[in-house]
Amino acid sequence: MKPAPFEYVAPESLQAALEALGRHGSDAKILAGGQSLMPLLNLRLLKPSVIIDLNQIDELSYIVELPAGLSIGAMTRQSKIEDSELIRRRCPLISEATKHIGHVAIRHRGTVGGSLVHADPSAELPAVALALDANFQVVGSRGIRTIPAQQFFLDYLTTAIGPDEILKEITFPAMQPNTGYAVLEVARRHGDFALAGVVTVLNLDAGGKIADVRIALFGVALTAVRALKMEAALKDHRPDLNIIREASALLDEVTDPPSDIHASAEYRKKVTAILTVRALERALSRCGKGEI
Amino acid sequence: MTGTASGFIGQSMKPREATRLLKGGGVYVADIHLPNIVHAAVLRSTHAHARILNIDVNNALRLDGVILVLTGRDIAGQILPFPDSFEIHPASWLENVKPVLKGPRPTVLAQGKVHYVGEPVAIVVAEDRYIAEDAVDAIFVEYEELPAVVDPEEALRPDATLVHQEFDDNVMFHFNIKKGDADRAIRDAPHKLGERFRHHRYCGAPMECRGVVASPGPKPELLTVWSSTQVPHSVRRQIAVQLGLIEDRIRVIAPNVGGGFGPKVFVYPEEILVPYLTLQLGRPVKWVEDRREHFISTAHGRDQVHDVEIAFDEEGRILGLRDRFLLDNGAYNPMGVTDAYNTAAHLQGPYKIPNLSITGTCVATNKVPNAPYRGAGRPEAVFVIERCLDLIAKRLELDPAEVRLRNFVQPEDMPYNAGILYRDGQPVCYDSGNYPETLQRALDAVNYASLRREQKALRQQKRYLGIGIGCYVEGTGVGSFEGAKVQIDSSGHIIASTGASAHGQGHETIFSQIAADLWGVDPNQVTIIEGDTNCIPYGGGTFGSRSTVNAGTAIFEASARLKEKILKLAAHLLEANPADLEIGQEKVSVRGLPQRAVSFRELARAAVPGWASQLPEAMEPGLETTFYYVPPTVTWANAIHIAVIEVDIETGKIELRDYVVSHDSGRLVNPMLVDGQIHGGVAQGIGGALYEELVYDQDGQILTSTFMNYLIPGSMEVPKIRTVHLESPSPLNPLGVKGLGEGGAIAPPAAIANALVDALSLFNVEVNELPLKPDRVLQLLGKDRDRSKGKILEPNLNLP
Repeated sequence: MKPAPFEYVAPESLQAALEALGRHGSDAKILAGGQSLMPLLNLRLLKPSVIIDLNQIDELSYIVELPAGLSIGAMTRQSKIEDSELIRRRCPLISEATKHIGHVAIRHRGTVGGSLVHADPSAELPAVALALDANFQVVGSRGIRTIPAQQFFLDYLTTAIGPDEILKEITFPAMQPNTGYAVLEVARRHGDFALAGVVTVLNLDAGGKIADVRIALFGVALTAVRALKMEAALKDHRPDLNIIREASALLDEVTDPPSDIHASAEYRKKVTAILTVRALERALSRCGKGEI
Repeated sequence: MTGTASGFIGQSMKPREATRLLKGGGVYVADIHLPNIVHAAVLRSTHAHARILNIDVNNALRLDGVILVLTGRDIAGQILPFPDSFEIHPASWLENVKPVLKGPRPTVLAQGKVHYVGEPVAIVVAEDRYIAEDAVDAIFVEYEELPAVVDPEEALRPDATLVHQEFDDNVMFHFNIKKGDADRAIRDAPHKLGERFRHHRYCGAPMECRGVVASPGPKPELLTVWSSTQVPHSVRRQIAVQLGLIEDRIRVIAPNVGGGFGPKVFVYPEEILVPYLTLQLGRPVKWVEDRREHFISTAHGRDQVHDVEIAFDEEGRILGLRDRFLLDNGAYNPMGVTDAYNTAAHLQGPYKIPNLSITGTCVATNKVPNAPYRGAGRPEAVFVIERCLDLIAKRLELDPAEVRLRNFVQPEDMPYNAGILYRDGQPVCYDSGNYPETLQRALDAVNYASLRREQKALRQQKRYLGIGIGCYVEGTGVGSFEGAKVQIDSSGHIIASTGASAHGQGHETIFSQIAADLWGVDPNQVTIIEGDTNCIPYGGGTFGSRSTVNAGTAIFEASARLKEKILKLAAHLLEANPADLEIGQEKVSVRGLPQRAVSFRELARAAVPGWASQLPEAMEPGLETTFYYVPPTVTWANAIHIAVIEVDIETGKIELRDYVVSHDSGRLVNPMLVDGQIHGGVAQGIGGALYEELVYDQDGQILTSTFMNYLIPGSMEVPKIRTVHLESPSPLNPLGVKGLGEGGAIAPPAAIANALVDALSLFNVEVNELPLKPDRVLQLLGKDRDRSKGKILEPNLNLP
């Protein structure tokens, strides 16, 4: 389990990294926290000719408060966002979801941007980005552009980032004070990629009806996905377990999970619905007024 | 016990090796750095079954830094094949059991054909491991694919593809053992059940994979070999035999070994190839197995399917048991009948079963060879019989604990002859123990009655609590022998060398406790040496829960003999009668006259040969005795495991709420280390019950060759394990000890399976297969089982 030979570049600025990427193009692979890339290299499942290591670039590691939310630098370690008081205050969903990522040692190395750009459909952060309508700021030879989360995850391990681009930061709108939220997943073991998982965010209006609900699923399709139809079916309704259960039938359309040695597609579908109902119940209980 | 006991046996002393190992002070094979060393990597078969048409190594040889590439053709005639099995069968066992035994002899590199994904095809030596792996990638092998034999039942069909052409079927061995008349007992019984149980394939997964370093010399050795093995003496013998070398000029050292668990109990191709390469190149060569290689080249374990019929009376007493089982042995059979016969020998568990018939068949398939893994056939037996006990309880609407109590061998039955032979050719005879008490202590520890009430109450809230019992007996301390050399060196220090070879058990600590009590010294005054063929001429090694029993007794016996000599020598020096002398505090003194004494150091100096000698006439120089202990048969440990689980019936997730082990392995030397052994074993048993599974597809490709897919339980998956110790001394050895290394791993699959059935009893679920993945739990809940009373399954197996 030694990687095939490669050239190693460790730029110290984003600009230098972009130049290196420009020079090597698609022969290069970007190394962030290495929690997925290193095993792939060591198993020789990937044999890039160049590795561009972003770990020397300090300017990509930050958590900054914005008037309407916060932004997180792509190279920020997952343990930093797990421990961040600012994130816990403004976007507690991120803190809660991060605890499900691997184990402490993995979160010390793994980065926010690395997980999002790798776009493993079973990872937590892509679903969080979808549920919170995050924006991705990417930098490349064509300059800076902002990609909304719903346009970012294109296919299995594939995002809207171009071959000449690097993710710079992700901005999250702050969660409203009365928001209910939940992250639930089923994995074989603690810290494993989820067999099925759901992230949900929910707001009630003054009359106790669902004003806004967002449901993002992970582990059950080629990418993390928003359950838009189910969201629409719940909106403007008074939350009620029967309505939620009924609406969970709509999840079927967005889920297309794989079958593997850990679980069948059928299991994953079934459990997605169970988890979604439970997550909404939990989110409602956190709204402070929702009583089913 | 005779001697000068000072009470170290029985104390929970902190393992003296732990600090060193935890601080990174251990030296493992990968830590052996030698000047001028080169690195090997192995090209392994990518096919389950194929003919090798051509191997082109030219591109590999062209790479900078590549030194040598060997294929099967290069070593044919140079390196002899392995034996068909490393197991030794006592004549009395062969005469009585009359097994059919046949097996192919593996070669260190494939000769013309590959038989499993992972079989070594070529070996590369290069300046570093990176280049060696580049070279492995550059070798081109042309294969002609053959149909793969994956399912052991299909392997038995008359038209099945043969894994080894030289045999006329895929049976590697077959045996039947009987007691009474099981057929009649089952025919005439008022109640009977028939079930099929499958115990899947999983493996030891030690922290340290295998690894070998070989170096020329140093003088007078021809070769020094470091291997991550449980059996350094066997490794030395095979190197000598297969390479045609003088055995005594090879030194094999097992340095610190990061877990063995059974798979490191026989000799592997790399342990022969690396020394061969060293001799060819005149340079040290290192090969360290990586994790992906480990999954496809180091032996797997378990993998049995049982068709069992059990007959019982109105009270739930077992009248007869008939079991036919298959063991999927993979392509080779390095450890012979060990696992399958262990299954048969342990199937009766702690119960009285008057009529018994067990047929075991070991089948060749195109998979990694199957060999002992912690428990070695026992977890499979215990899964079968313990599920049966619960089925009896369910049929008769009795409490599972009550059914067990009614069937237990009673304390007054000890020693209890179970009516069949053990693998050492001696009768299976439980030497001591109190099974009802062991169960009662476990039930008390989990607070059984109140748990049952809680279970009822939780069901009102649609929460499903399950309590599962798993009982076992374990033959421990198997022969054929173990040796110890005890000496007092010229500084008066006690050194005990044994042929055992620890890989995490804490031998240094427990053997020094034993020696300290025997010699009346502090354990820190004793040095323990093992894992090195130079420290004692013959060695068995560490496996089969054997070292405390065998090496411990060898230390005891060698010490007793050395004490006799020392007393004679001291009597001579002190001009006293040996009977008036006592040993203690590193000296020999006249009883009642402590000032009339001679120290160990003075005795050692008196025992030298030559001008300084003060030996009496006709006494040989030196204070050193070697004793090889041959146990009369195994000692029988026993335990009860109780698992308490809660099941989420919507997701199928099982949460372990509590786990209790009530355990009797005779006299305990170090209860803390006993707990550690049990904890580790239970963790591996939990792995087998819930997580670990080696999966092959229909083409014989393994789907679980990294820790991404092969899931071992971590600290979050293993609950706090509570232990209860009982101590029924074994009458078979002077220390009264029994073995316990494997025990923890034996019962968790049975206990957890029973707990799941118990949790879901409202849904009439049965568990016949593991691991209990969430998906499988939901599938069980979805099944509508029809269990008519007294139904016997038609035999599913068409055994030869």
